[in-house]
Amino acid sequence: MRHEMKSKYFSQFRSVLRNRINIVNTFKLATMQNMQIIPLDYYIFFCSALFAIGVVGVLVKRNALVIFMSIELMLNSANLLLAAFSAYRNDPAGQIFVFFIMVVAAAEVAIGLALLVMIYRSTHTIDINVLNKLKW
Amino acid sequence: MIFSKYLFFILSFIAIYAALKVLISKKPMHSVLYLTLAFFAIGGHYILLNAQFLAVVHIIVYAGAIMVLFIYTVMLLNLNIQGEFPKSRLAKIASALAGGLLLMTLIAIFRSYDLKMVADPSLNQIGLVKNLGKVLFEEYYLPFELSSILFLAAMVGAVMLGKKDIY
Repeated sequence: MRHEMKSKYFSQFRSVLRNRINIVNTFKLATMQNMQIIPLDYYIFFCSALFAIGVVGVLVKRNALVIFMSIELMLNSANLLLAAFSAYRNDPAGQIFVFFIMVVAAAEVAIGLALLVMIYRSTHTIDINVLNKLKW
Repeated sequence: MIFSKYLFFILSFIAIYAALKVLISKKPMHSVLYLTLAFFAIGGHYILLNAQFLAVVHIIVYAGAIMVLFIYTVMLLNLNIQGEFPKSRLAKIASALAGGLLLMTLIAIFRSYDLKMVADPSLNQIGLVKNLGKVLFEEYYLPFELSSILFLAAMVGAVMLGKKDIY
């Protein structure tokens, strides 16, 4: 039992050490090039914050237009994270995917706003608490 | 450049502040304008990563087309009335809690990752138009053509939905 605990702590310690060595190596690479590389973790935290703000916007707001804008914010956070990973790993596939996500987002906004205008024409409101029936 | 070390944090602060003001603003028009500011900050992030094609396309598509569509909708339908949707205090507290928990979960997941950073993003060349265009047209040609069909369907659908009488 004590031997298992000891080996578990050793493996955790080794993984923490590997993490630190990786960061140290990246900083060595950065200082060799006389520039500071921003760690990829910072991009993940920033995009998670934007995504969480978008989620809160979809949950709280009752104006359908603001809900739509929060969805666009979530899409943008995912776009930025994809582009960051693609830039840090020298893989162009991430940026190509961002391009296609932008294509889909643009088409979706066109259709969504057309639907919103049509709904407003018939019911004169965009409050989603009023528009909660499929047929009225 | 000394300035570039803080540029990431300046742009992130602007983007998060603008995103928060999108939710907090009373008038929908202010929300739209703050979202445009957030999109410009994210475009700045793309330039930091040397993803030049994506930065320009992002500004053109999001700030130039999508936000303009939103502004048209707000102005044509006269939706710029404040205080129209009152919400209870409990809903605000519960949603802030839910969003905060989601953020904590995401950060806790990514805290112990061993992320390999292979390249310096301000030096790599894959974000330039020429290289990205090569990859797009050599490997991803089929999705490119399919996206044109998607746009055609979206255009036809939007025009049809905008007509006053469908019959």
